Amino acid sequence: MSPGVLETAAAVRGRKVKAAESVAEAIGQIRRVDPQLHAVSQVREDEARRAADDLDRRIARGEDPGPLAGVAFTAKDNICTRWGTTTAGSKILESYRAPYDATVVERLARAGAICVAKTNMDEFGMGSSTENSATVGPTRNPWRTTHVPGGSSGGAAALAAATRGMIHLGSDTGGSIRQPAACCGVTGIKPSYGRVSRYGLLAFASSLDQIGVLEADARECAAALSAMAGKDPMDSTSADVPVPDYVAGLEKGARGLRLGVPKEYFPEGVDPEVEARVREGIDVLRRLGVDVREVSLPHTRHANPTYVLISAAEASSNLARYDGVHYGYRSSEAGSVLEVYARSRAEAFGPEVKRRIMVGTFVLSAGYYDAFYNKACKVRKLIRRDFEAAFREVDAVVSPTSPVTAFPIGDKIDDPLKLYAVDVLTVPANLATVPGVSFPCGFTRAGLPVGMQLYGRPFEDGTILRLAHAFQEATDHHRKAPPVRA
Amino acid sequence: MAKAKLDPTEGTPFEAVIGLEVHAQLKTRTKMFCGCENRYGAEPNTLTCPVCLGHPGSLPAINRRAVEYAVRVGLACGCEIARFTKFDRKNYYYPDLPKNYQISQYDMPLCGGGAIDVYVGEAKRRIGLTRIHLEEDAGKNIHAEGRPESWVDLNRAGVPLLEIVSKPDLGTPEEAGAYLRMLRQILLYLDVSDCNMEEGSLRCDVNVSIRPRGTSALETRTEIKNLNSFTFVENALAHEIRRQIKVRSSGGTVEQQTLLYDPARDETRVMRGKEEAHDYRYFPEPDLAPLSFTEEWVEGLRRSLPELPAARYERLQNALGLSAYHADVLVRDRGMADFFEECVALYPKPQAVANWVVNAVREEANIRQVSARETGVSPSRLVDLVRAIDEGKVSNQKARDVFKALLGNERPVADVIRALGLEQISDDAFLRDAVSAVIQEHPGPAEDVRKGKKNSVNFLVGQVMRRTKGQANPGMVAKLIGEVLGAS
Repeated sequence: MSPGVLETAAAVRGRKVKAAESVAEAIGQIRRVDPQLHAVSQVREDEARRAADDLDRRIARGEDPGPLAGVAFTAKDNICTRWGTTTAGSKILESYRAPYDATVVERLARAGAICVAKTNMDEFGMGSSTENSATVGPTRNPWRTTHVPGGSSGGAAALAAATRGMIHLGSDTGGSIRQPAACCGVTGIKPSYGRVSRYGLLAFASSLDQIGVLEADARECAAALSAMAGKDPMDSTSADVPVPDYVAGLEKGARGLRLGVPKEYFPEGVDPEVEARVREGIDVLRRLGVDVREVSLPHTRHANPTYVLISAAEASSNLARYDGVHYGYRSSEAGSVLEVYARSRAEAFGPEVKRRIMVGTFVLSAGYYDAFYNKACKVRKLIRRDFEAAFREVDAVVSPTSPVTAFPIGDKIDDPLKLYAVDVLTVPANLATVPGVSFPCGFTRAGLPVGMQLYGRPFEDGTILRLAHAFQEATDHHRKAPPVRA
Repeated sequence: MAKAKLDPTEGTPFEAVIGLEVHAQLKTRTKMFCGCENRYGAEPNTLTCPVCLGHPGSLPAINRRAVEYAVRVGLACGCEIARFTKFDRKNYYYPDLPKNYQISQYDMPLCGGGAIDVYVGEAKRRIGLTRIHLEEDAGKNIHAEGRPESWVDLNRAGVPLLEIVSKPDLGTPEEAGAYLRMLRQILLYLDVSDCNMEEGSLRCDVNVSIRPRGTSALETRTEIKNLNSFTFVENALAHEIRRQIKVRSSGGTVEQQTLLYDPARDETRVMRGKEEAHDYRYFPEPDLAPLSFTEEWVEGLRRSLPELPAARYERLQNALGLSAYHADVLVRDRGMADFFEECVALYPKPQAVANWVVNAVREEANIRQVSARETGVSPSRLVDLVRAIDEGKVSNQKARDVFKALLGNERPVADVIRALGLEQISDDAFLRDAVSAVIQEHPGPAEDVRKGKKNSVNFLVGQVMRRTKGQANPGMVAKLIGEVLGAS
């Protein structure tokens, strides 16, 4: 079995393994599993090797290669990289080449990590199954290839489950890191809003989007987050809050932390097996000395409609730039500027993207703004207050990540409402700007992983990672390998 | 300040109601939301980056200097400065707008209220402001005659733009022109905008309606866009007011429309009607955190404001005793007024100095299209010239030639006067000899002077001037003639 992220970095820093070997190993793993998973949109072979050789030369000269030296990383296809294309899974950006690297890509590279691939996703992050990919098509779940890996960071989740020792960048607007992490049995963190720069992340809903990672365990998440987090002058919404050493923070353990169980997070519609595994997981934490108590987040039931309105409104504006004029797909049929807009967008956006643009345009329109968008913003404040109140009593809250486990490809794709319902337990974190982490807490009888989610106070990402790490020290769900494994 | 023009409502039962929307580009070093250079006239699309090109994933970051400039303008106009403000997205599709939304301000502008005092003829009028807000400029679409395709230059995209919206307090095209000129002066005094209408750093849209004289309701208005000179604004308004009067007088109703003015034909054409009005779907810009300002910051900016044109206009008249005309001409051009004040500081005779600055210096500056300072005569040398006149060293008439000779060199005024042979002779003994000689040559006129005929004094002075090749001090000569002939 390939070594993990921290072991790889230690080996490369200690000159036991060359960065070139680590990168070749990572690319080899991807090549072995991808034919079954369709998880990546592009593999960066020559350039990655050159970057690795360059790093090895620096190490040979005695330079500090950074804390993540020689670690391979993948970027979700909505994160800009100078190399290759950045498509967001959309036909409208099929051949789009970004003129710059996203801040996270730069930061990981500065830490010594090397980008080796771009991963598949639902178009512009809109979806919970990675079936809405117009570039690669559906990604498959390594636990069962007839099933979806969740989404929208499905490619990253599938790779995180089927390979070892890499960092997988994802993005999360309403659960797009945590839900696929749950479906694929890996650990995924959506950091606090403002913790990680969004510069270079193709915006879906700017006030909700956040970049995070999908990893084998909380420790790897902590290592990646330490390198990525922090204020970025290019992103005004990134926060000037000190970045702790998240890995070192894990050692503080879970004892004495207070954990809230919100009754609203175990509603009708949560698969009984999912609920059972999560309750067992809570017992594990209790046995570790965590003070478990019930809390209430009374506005939870309004979270999903609020999310749908706000995310669609922002998306309708964020996606306006894809118009066939300056870059990206342009219809060959168009004869006038208006036709360039209309035809290019009609031909190159997928149905889910169009649906959300229409909803968003509608809720921002004169006469409907107050009833929809404005009201949703008010409810969002109430949801945020729910969390503020709960976090006066507890240090974290716990819930299932998703009401259901991975479902068969094609099962929900024709029923948007059914698919939106999958997000119900993850969207509150984005609305409330709090950090959320999902990690495996067991399996269903059918052998599919179940994810458990922890929310923490804004900018206390370390606390939920600590809890997850303590859980993983006491359990081995996260060590189980899926049938498709490199 | 400007001479009276025809009021198009004169002799009709209507009055006009005019409001102006002025866009001024701020002359910050970099653009509003990115680090690109803010400069006019570069090769197309060379002053761009992923942010102002609207590339996927790029994000705006606020240029604090632009905010500061905007607040300075607000303070200069007596506006209320918001202590908490935010940006909003104005959504519409246009090829010169790469994101297909403009980052602007909607319901919480940076500055609210305020007013600008304008002078129309003898009257001073206070024109209220609705708001001043900050936004980003769009790029420029370029259409070539006879070509099917168009181009887009995004150098201008993202340039900081101030929108200054007046209340509908203006009643005539002339007032609108006076308002624009005063606003331009304020922006120039604050040094926040080049205000160059040809380069588009100052642009104006007007809203105009008419109503029966004496009524107060606002009636359907039209908006005229694309007005790129003050004269066009005045002409377009006059044209549109006449058109609306004609429509109303013949029993029709004015339709809400957006019009484009064609200065070559002095006509407007319809750009869009009411039914095509945009729904801009404004909502708060989620990529930018709201801004809040401390009292200290705002007060610090308030303290650093320079003297503004209206105050200077009053001071030049009241404290320095200049005429309204001189005060106006000087204040209009901050550089000219600064030049003038430097001169006065060196030689505190404001009226004499003003004459020279307003006439000689300004004429030279206008001819060569340069600033007062760039004419090549420094305040200290101009003052030396004025002093030489006052001290009788050179005549007022000849001084104009001296002034010309001062330009573009550093020679002392006295040397120039000497070199030109224009030194005025004020030597009493020399002049007395000349006067005696002339009196002997012209006994007739001398006799007339003795009898009290003033005209003959002038004749004799002229003869002395001739004899001295124009260098005699004419005042002294006249005095001496009076003395010698006992008829002073």
